[in-house]
Amino acid sequence: MTNFMGNNSSLRDRFMNKSGDGGKEMAYTVVGKSVRKVDAVAKVTGKAMYTDDFFERDMLVGKILHSPYAHALITTIDVSRAKALPGVEAVLTYKDLPRISYATSLPGMIGADLDDNEDLERIKIGTAGHPYSLDPAHRDVEDRHILTKKARFVGDAIAAVVATDDLIAEKALKLIDVKYEVLEALTSTKAALREGAPLIHEGCEGNILASGGFTIGDVEEAFKESDHIFEGEYETSIVQHCHLENQTSYAYQDPDGRIVIVTSTQIPQIVRRIVAQALGIPWGRVRVIKPFVGGGFGNKQDVCIEPLNAAMTLAVGGRPVKIELAREECMIDTRTRHAFQFKIKTGINQDGKINGIHISAISNTGAYASHGHSIASSAGGKFRFLYPTKALKFDPITVYTNLPVAGAMRAYGCPQLFYAFESHLEDIAKRLDMDPIEIRSKNLVEVGYVDPISKTKVMSCGIRECIEKGKALIKWDKKKALYREQSGEKLRGLGMACFSYSSGTYPVALELAGARIVLNQDGSIQLQIGATDTGQGSDTALGQMVAEVLSLPMDMVHVLSTQDTDISPFDTGCYASRQTYVSGMAVEKAALEVKGKILSFAASMTDIPVDRLDLLEQKIVYKHSGESVLTLEQVAMQSYYDRVLAKPITSDVSNNARINAIPFGVTFAEVEVDIKTGKIKVLEIYNVHDSGTIVNPKMAEGQVQGGVSMGIGYALSEQLLFDEVTGKPLNNNLLDYKLPTMMDMPDIGVAFVETHESTGPFGVKSLGEPPTITPAPAIRNAVLDATGVAFNRLPMNPQRVFEGLKEAGLI
Amino acid sequence: MYDISGYYEAETVAEATALLAKNPNLRLIAGGTDVLIKMHSGQIADAELLSLRKIKSLNTIRKAEDGTIVIGAMATFTKVFNDPILREMIPILTEAAISMGGPQIRNIATIGGNVCNGATSADSASSLFALNAQLKLEGHQGERLVPIRKFYLGPGKVALQPGEILTEILIAPDDYQGFGGQYIKFAMREAMDIATLAVAVVCKLQAKTFAEVRIGLGVAGPTPLRCLEAEEYAKGQEISAQTVAEIGKLAVNSAKARTSWRASKDYREHLVEELVQRALKKAIVNAGGEELV
Repeated sequence: MTNFMGNNSSLRDRFMNKSGDGGKEMAYTVVGKSVRKVDAVAKVTGKAMYTDDFFERDMLVGKILHSPYAHALITTIDVSRAKALPGVEAVLTYKDLPRISYATSLPGMIGADLDDNEDLERIKIGTAGHPYSLDPAHRDVEDRHILTKKARFVGDAIAAVVATDDLIAEKALKLIDVKYEVLEALTSTKAALREGAPLIHEGCEGNILASGGFTIGDVEEAFKESDHIFEGEYETSIVQHCHLENQTSYAYQDPDGRIVIVTSTQIPQIVRRIVAQALGIPWGRVRVIKPFVGGGFGNKQDVCIEPLNAAMTLAVGGRPVKIELAREECMIDTRTRHAFQFKIKTGINQDGKINGIHISAISNTGAYASHGHSIASSAGGKFRFLYPTKALKFDPITVYTNLPVAGAMRAYGCPQLFYAFESHLEDIAKRLDMDPIEIRSKNLVEVGYVDPISKTKVMSCGIRECIEKGKALIKWDKKKALYREQSGEKLRGLGMACFSYSSGTYPVALELAGARIVLNQDGSIQLQIGATDTGQGSDTALGQMVAEVLSLPMDMVHVLSTQDTDISPFDTGCYASRQTYVSGMAVEKAALEVKGKILSFAASMTDIPVDRLDLLEQKIVYKHSGESVLTLEQVAMQSYYDRVLAKPITSDVSNNARINAIPFGVTFAEVEVDIKTGKIKVLEIYNVHDSGTIVNPKMAEGQVQGGVSMGIGYALSEQLLFDEVTGKPLNNNLLDYKLPTMMDMPDIGVAFVETHESTGPFGVKSLGEPPTITPAPAIRNAVLDATGVAFNRLPMNPQRVFEGLKEAGLI
Repeated sequence: MYDISGYYEAETVAEATALLAKNPNLRLIAGGTDVLIKMHSGQIADAELLSLRKIKSLNTIRKAEDGTIVIGAMATFTKVFNDPILREMIPILTEAAISMGGPQIRNIATIGGNVCNGATSADSASSLFALNAQLKLEGHQGERLVPIRKFYLGPGKVALQPGEILTEILIAPDDYQGFGGQYIKFAMREAMDIATLAVAVVCKLQAKTFAEVRIGLGVAGPTPLRCLEAEEYAKGQEISAQTVAEIGKLAVNSAKARTSWRASKDYREHLVEELVQRALKKAIVNAGGEELV
């Protein structure tokens, strides 16, 4: 039994026009309106404070020495010259970090070499931003030291300096004398999987971090029953989040010796846990504060610099130390998106009905596990909801290589998997001479489908309506006919691709969210949530939900944007597109509790039975007539100052969402390919989403446009490149890494099909990550339509397109 | 934080050359969009900088009485782009200017700095090559004129002698009057990018033939370059798609393309052939000729 349904269903019914079709028309007054983002003015005026905007007196600077080798053992490391440089306060290497046997609650031990035996095992951590699991088997792989004795990629943190300023710190880094025994760099999954390849992590045979997916039905049997079998291979590249604000944090010890870390993160509670684990200290001795954040896209759903930052402050007696990564560092020593290679085999009937699908995948996780195999697993789990088949087999493996660490990135494996499958399905449609929309329509999911593995039920599904809308927006039929006969140097084509996703991680992981509301004297409220707004607008969306329940204008809803692990309600943070859905449940629950208390208090003031009262536009009204009884402000004042009854009205709730909801959507793209230069231009692109109720259409539109632009970069230009022999990054800067600019973007069309998701607060499903899933396959399919050439590797940059067109004889 | 150990500002060229003569370690800084990046990456450390930003005389763009176009080395890319004389007379330079970086960079980066940085990818360079630009270099001992083709010596290496400052870029009337031109920057992005190939073409027509064609290429070799073989061939040839195609082919002979992770030799040479043709076709129209179909 999920704890958020039933108990307030009657209330939810009141918000819905039950005579309407499936509750699609709702009488919400704030939810569904494009109210101004609560932090809009603070951000455009520059008043919003980000981590780098805070100053502590005499703040020191921390800098990191990164390995120049992709795979090497440190044979000696001598920091004496660095330490001797005036202005250097501390130099740290692996030798200074806590050993497992010394795990202690005593801060101040960092840098004090307590034991001569250097080889004693140091504490290792898993860095992924997942909720802790009480089941040890379900925890992330712990394979990383804060500073390492064995470098596993170019950029691996070897040593660190704390100094009075940047330049001194930089100079000190150059004075650290390190001798390496260089090992073979495994710069591809192929090299890492080669028999006899050196092991990147001791004891991890074959460099395989993990393997295994799932099986539904019997694919071999399904293939036997099929009229056709098709096979295809697809490959995606390593890309990076390129969040505007690089990782930045500062740390100090408060007067009680606790470690305080202010950091740009999506997951303050998880940062707290992992820092404590990394140092072997009780979790309560760490406090993490998240101010405004300049984007994360999953990169900050990981713990990158905070444990080192904590070690740095301990090494200088608790003085404040700041770490601010440069873009070049951020692009290699935070996280990237896993590159995948897919082999797909599909059995299908002549009429386009799919019988069975077998997807094999190799995922390149780089040098450390981070989110590791979860990326592949999760992508498979989300894919299951789009085209249910009798048989589906998914068997991914996740492989270590000597490349930067891959972690979470917007849509968590789905852009890779949907690029592969939606390309594959397009190839099948072409071979069967079927319309791409028709073949998909034959296989799409229906409402009521229950996934046999997660047991999640599809309660709402607007994918067909999304396709119809997108098709009309791009004028599919008209243009298809128009482009049938074309010649010349520039060819046009149309493509589309569909996706399914989820709203949070249930049942894989815990989906806990907290909310706290305080009614102020003037009838306004403060909303505190553990959910973190990292730019996407969750503070506003959650604020709108409170305004809706309490019938308040938005200027009476004060959302506290900062999360502080000492103060904020517990929530695991911003990832998995979970907050509007999962944290929204907690917020709705907290608001309903406050509403109940307000009405009860009003009842005690008026002697009118509570069930006759309602809250409307800051007034207590008779339910039957709407006649005003008291103002909300009167109730609030009384709740603070009545000499007998005073008891300020608050709520403080937690919600464990043991349910999930499946959003759907589609991208339609029109491209023009310059066949002489290989340049692809996206002329038009539309994303149409079924995310249930859209809480704030303007914000949602922005969310989609951002996701689509990320998808366009993924399709056409972005890739992190490395020297094949040495593993050295070739383009870890924004000049050479081709993140598209505004000038490269077409107008991005956005539309919604608003279903009502009965499991979600106010009928919502997720929207955060989905927009970035299908632009790449839609563009790829449009290029296929234009040129007849199938590009099965991302990105489709001019060099690749030139090669492909040349091979096809078009150049 | 930048590793700057000294900072000087001059208000006249004479003051600047005097300071340079006294302290040969001084490094010139104009807009700073290259120098500061080199400092950020550690290529330049412990720098003593001499800023030219206060020298007003270096900031002007004018047409001399004899028709020579004179561009002050400290003219920013924004200024170059917006200058009415340049827009009318040598739009291949203003088009190159607007293709560079983004608005913030163009507001501070200078054309002189762009040239002196010595990069083959300098956005102004292929146009200045096609225009036969002359560079005025001034030192404590005097001044000299150097053709831009002699100025670029290798990647990041230019013919600036110790103590010299690039003060003006000159384009003679014979080199632009009666010409039509076209500039194409081929890059992976429409802004904030370095060219994969830059092509600047100017041509002068005589009845139905090419009187003169000049082709400047950027990123086709270690320095910007000219396609002399193709230019020689073009002289007196009939204006036709066939001739243009042949010019495109011959242009490849002058390119010194190589394979790197950015692009393959094969692809670069294909681009030279294709884009020289595209630019020349537009240049013909801009020179008053008819459009080739």
